[in-house]
Amino acid sequence: MTPDVSTIWGWLDQVPDPEIPVISVVDLGIVRDVTWEGDTLEVAVTPTYSGCPATSVISMDIETALHDRGVTNVRIKTQIAPPWTTDWLSDKGRAKLADYGIAPPSPAGGPDACPRCGGAHLTRISQFGSTPCKAHWRCDDCLEPFDYFKCI
Amino acid sequence: MTDQTALFEYLLRLGDNTLVLGHRVSEWCGHAPVLEEDIALANTALDLIGQTQMWLGLAGEVEGAGRSADDLAMLRDVWDFRNLLLVEQPNGDFGQTLMRQCLFDVFHVELLTELTRASDGNIAAIAAKALKEVTYHLDRSSETVIGLGDGTEESHRRMQAALDLLWPYVGEMFTPDAVDDAMHAARIAPDLTALRSRFDIRINDILTEATLTKPDSNFAQSGGKTGFRHTEHLGHMLTQMQWLQRAYPGATW
Repeated sequence: MTPDVSTIWGWLDQVPDPEIPVISVVDLGIVRDVTWEGDTLEVAVTPTYSGCPATSVISMDIETALHDRGVTNVRIKTQIAPPWTTDWLSDKGRAKLADYGIAPPSPAGGPDACPRCGGAHLTRISQFGSTPCKAHWRCDDCLEPFDYFKCI
Repeated sequence: MTDQTALFEYLLRLGDNTLVLGHRVSEWCGHAPVLEEDIALANTALDLIGQTQMWLGLAGEVEGAGRSADDLAMLRDVWDFRNLLLVEQPNGDFGQTLMRQCLFDVFHVELLTELTRASDGNIAAIAAKALKEVTYHLDRSSETVIGLGDGTEESHRRMQAALDLLWPYVGEMFTPDAVDDAMHAARIAPDLTALRSRFDIRINDILTEATLTKPDSNFAQSGGKTGFRHTEHLGHMLTQMQWLQRAYPGATW
């Protein structure tokens, strides 16, 4: 018996992002489609940044998770259009990022508040951070540095 | 030249530009003046190498000879590379690296913006993806060129020297040849003359704010994108980049 796609979306929502394990690959918005093609499950995945080294790990993690659930034939399809955008982050994912200490992306182009103390006096240190998807900021209220998940 | 040959050549140009510049920028890893810049350079290099995989992957498909992006990157020698002379120039000091980056980024942003409207859907998709990343590259390189140009006497002197050194490599980006003409006729690539005027507007604004003086002469070195004559630097770079495949042909992991 083949599980329906909504069940599979639920399973994929338990596959953590390898770099930011508090959010799932579904929260991240990179799983674009799940379809059955005969007895093969096709999962369309879009890369976050084109050079992101986590992309191949994510594909492997998705395959492993589905194999563990008994889905033997899995095909991962890389889909680059339309390009990934941080608008696809789920609300659940955004809340989890903030809890984890990473300010979620904001249309203003910078974080709304310090994820540690909630302070609003913030300084950008660098547009580039520890992974391609993050920028490096500092809170001038609590003086702690923090990561900002930058808009793209 | 058939359309297919021109398309293959054009994709090599796009992919070789990002490959060679990506490798050059990665040479800074662990050596940059401050940690934040080291991370920014590594991130920029990573984006460019990621874009290379897409461009050269598509080039391999178009060629139809079974060559992968890796084969094209690692198993060709100097004369088969189609990158601009600008991107193969050595890093020099930090200022020279950022000046090279800024000159390329302005061109890259304008070019990719046009390519998002290409009649070829694959090219338009890769361009749309890459443009988002490259917009961040230009933000940073232009801010840094302005900061260092309009900085101390020493940083200003170095940035002006970098501009004087690299300016003769700008013209090649906008000098059309048979490949560019064929791609423009196929509604894939933009008209390079129009692209040049948009480049000039942007770069003039940046250089003015940076208090730098654009060299009078528009003399342009050429020979990179056609592969006719690269500078001596590319061969030296490839001996590093392709070392593993040269020492252990066919090695995989």
